[in-house]
Amino acid sequence: MATSTTALKGAGPVSGSRSFFMKLRDGDEIARLVTLLFATTVVLITVALVWELWVNSALPRQKFGFHFFVTSVWDPIMDQYGALPFIYGTMVTSVVALLIAVPLGIGAAIFLAELAPPRISDTLQFFIDLLAAVPSVIYGLLGVFIVVPLMRTVIYPALNKPFGYLPIFKGPSYGVGFLTAGIVLAIMVIPYIISVSREVLLSVPRDQREAALALGSTRWESTWKVVVPFAKSGIMGSIFLALARALGETMAVTMVIGNTPKIAASLFAPGYSIAAVIANEFTEATGDLYLQSLIALGLVLFLLTFILNGLARILIVVTTQKGSEVGG
Amino acid sequence: MKRFVGLVVGVFAICAIVLADNALLINGAGATFPYPIYSKWFDVYHTNNPNFQFNYQSVGSGAGIKQVTEGTVDFGATDGPMNDDQLKAFQEKHNGTGILHFPTVLGAAVPTYNIQGVSTPLNFTPDALAGIFLGKVTKWNDPAIASVNKGVNLPAADILVVHRSDGSGTSYIWTDYLSKVSDEWKTKVGKGTSVNWPTGIGGKGNEGVTGSIKTTPNTIGYVELIYAVQNNIPYGTVKNSAGNFVKADLASVTAAAAGAAKSMPDDFRVSITDAPGKNAYPISSFTWLLIPQKFQDAGKRDAIKGFLKWMLNDGQNSVEALSYAKLPKEVVEKEKKAIDSIQ
Amino acid sequence: MSNGRLHWRKFVSNFMLAMTGVCAFVSVLVLFFILGYLVFNGGTSINWDFFTKLPKPVGEAGGGMANAIIGSGRILLLASLMGVPIGFLGGIYLAEFSGKGMASVVRYAADLLNGVPSIVIGIFAYSLVVLPFKHFSAYAGAFALGMMMIPITLRSTEEFLKSVPRMLREGAMALGASKWKTIATVIVPAAYRGIMTAILLALARVAGETAPLLFTAFGNRFESHGWSQPTATLPVMIYTYAVSPYDDWHRQAWAAGLVLLGLVLIINIMARTILSRGIAVPRS
Repeated sequence: MATSTTALKGAGPVSGSRSFFMKLRDGDEIARLVTLLFATTVVLITVALVWELWVNSALPRQKFGFHFFVTSVWDPIMDQYGALPFIYGTMVTSVVALLIAVPLGIGAAIFLAELAPPRISDTLQFFIDLLAAVPSVIYGLLGVFIVVPLMRTVIYPALNKPFGYLPIFKGPSYGVGFLTAGIVLAIMVIPYIISVSREVLLSVPRDQREAALALGSTRWESTWKVVVPFAKSGIMGSIFLALARALGETMAVTMVIGNTPKIAASLFAPGYSIAAVIANEFTEATGDLYLQSLIALGLVLFLLTFILNGLARILIVVTTQKGSEVGG
Repeated sequence: MKRFVGLVVGVFAICAIVLADNALLINGAGATFPYPIYSKWFDVYHTNNPNFQFNYQSVGSGAGIKQVTEGTVDFGATDGPMNDDQLKAFQEKHNGTGILHFPTVLGAAVPTYNIQGVSTPLNFTPDALAGIFLGKVTKWNDPAIASVNKGVNLPAADILVVHRSDGSGTSYIWTDYLSKVSDEWKTKVGKGTSVNWPTGIGGKGNEGVTGSIKTTPNTIGYVELIYAVQNNIPYGTVKNSAGNFVKADLASVTAAAAGAAKSMPDDFRVSITDAPGKNAYPISSFTWLLIPQKFQDAGKRDAIKGFLKWMLNDGQNSVEALSYAKLPKEVVEKEKKAIDSIQ
Repeated sequence: MSNGRLHWRKFVSNFMLAMTGVCAFVSVLVLFFILGYLVFNGGTSINWDFFTKLPKPVGEAGGGMANAIIGSGRILLLASLMGVPIGFLGGIYLAEFSGKGMASVVRYAADLLNGVPSIVIGIFAYSLVVLPFKHFSAYAGAFALGMMMIPITLRSTEEFLKSVPRMLREGAMALGASKWKTIATVIVPAAYRGIMTAILLALARVAGETAPLLFTAFGNRFESHGWSQPTATLPVMIYTYAVSPYDDWHRQAWAAGLVLLGLVLIINIMARTILSRGIAVPRS
């Protein structure tokens, strides 16, 4: 601020007309430029990532076009690649995971938001946040040594003997497979459902509950019929977030899914997911079409998680805003 | 804040000092088939020559070929020799210089299984093996298996097939053999390091397949002999072209290579599956180190040449303890001459 | 309304609410189960050898994971040095200097980057860092992990800086400090706790990542020197050993799992206690 500008051309009282180099002498401008540089780096990295994915997956786009998504053959010898088995596997394991995690998660969130005294609620939430921090490979480790034998000795006999005629429970069990991967994924995504649902439930204004209770509903009825529907979009958002996490999971899935690029109706059958096939075959994909097909799968995964995360965010924001608008 | 920065700098400095070392690191990657003997060799070689560290990552032959072609590792290893397209791709990426195959040991891919109540070696005919892996023979008590295993109590359980999920030279050996003995396999699936398996689950590396078989009942898979031996899982005999059921061991694997030893091509790429011979084990194979013909780094080149020479002399003495067979003398002599062509 | 119906509704209410309690406790129990199992299986395998010895050849018992532990440490250090400054300074830009347009672009990019599956980050790092330089390296691994740390650091820095009370800013300016001086000496120190928390949480998140390291740091039988050599890391070792058939390797995988989980949980707990004791920040 001590620069004297009166003797210099172009100097004036307003900073807009000072020359660039004059501004540079001012520490503020340097600070702005430096931080701008770093902020732009973030944008550049993201753009570079999307660009690399797009450009390096050109071959399968040219060769297979849309058929890439509906072909179920994955044959490196014949150079025929189809994404369907991996999309199928990713979807099935994620759906199984959600079917297990959503009821448990929403139930737990209701307990934490509505019933538990604040201190217990916060303490339990603390532990649930820690559960979210457990690395994927550790879940894989536990999956291989606990869930797989459990599947083979307990779960498979329990489901296959009575219900073996149903297509989803047919056939032999290796221990690994869609259901095993779904169970492991369920444990991994529960924390996300719980913490976000709890937040949105807490943001529902008190009037809503009190009005319901005043009208004679039981505690459960006011929760289930009034509070939860009010927070519906936010809870949907949490489910999308959980789904996005489940789709991108690599290590835990590849250790328990069976690594077989086949579509099968049975939940006990081995399968493959997009992230797992990339992890297994990327370093050995000889041939450009093979490698680029894997990258194309990566692009598909990226787009799916991108859309889901975007939707999730919108839904959560909408709910919490609704809560603060309506009353409370 | 300052103290924190100071701490970071200090940690860095300590890292730099503690880890400064004069040893030359040579990186390789590839086949899991010979991994037990390679890891032993590199360990012993490093103890005898502390200046050289050979870092070998067992990631599968497919990855070995790919990464040595990309140049991200100094040498590769594979049990499925590079085909002409792959050799051409290497040359294109490396300004016309080629890549050499150096056989290291002889090994065998064995059919290994886990059947409750069965601990004796089962006999397998080529048709039975092809049928199992094609998904046509689905139960353990199928006549194709039972007819050559009289007296063994085979359960009426489903056969669970385990194959490789990664690009594998062991898969190459196995599918090479199946292509020779089964026309249906040849047309339907073919041979290669990664094929479109008709049935079964995938395990990562010989290690992963062995792990799956060890823990899952009624499974069958193919692994290198030493993996079955080290993990105490039973493996069967295979009927060879002379009609005898042969178990994989040093003698039968050596017998399989006898013919090839005499007529070894100059580039050392040869298949010895379904070899003729009374006692030959039909699913045997050489395994190769992939060494680029030219090295930019003279230090690495000399280190690799030194290792190859050691491997052909002293190294061969430790292979039998791990159930690999020694290279035939003629092959060793030929390789010693080929080492000189590495520049 | 009849009494019977009322009783039924009350019963349903109590039952369902009890069920939600069960859900909550089951979820928390899983955490303790995981910890317990790791302690039980890994605790007995952790010995001095584990921390100081290199791996032994395949099939031979013994050896340790010294190289993987140091490798993980070095890569995490380098990743922080790469990712934290970008996130931190970018966050300062968003909070202090930027206009609305640029801010939303940067935030959007950061959110996008945050949602990228870690295996895709691995692909990116492989094409950008491993291929051109023609070797697997510690810095390739650090690059991948560093990129994953950026979004958390950026958003949290922005959030915590913005939450610093106006009074502090205005006070500094009234005393004649220029903008950057205000930021450096008043605002950042005031938001220090929150930002440290975010960095620690980002570190804990990438400490457990395996997928991006598979094609960047690769693996090393020995200790790696310098930053341009392939490096062994704890998560990759766990993966390799867990799917193998050797019992001794399984034992070591449990031990490594315990060490890794312990590390991640300690960082998390540290971060959260720092935050709860620090300056109160409005919930986002």
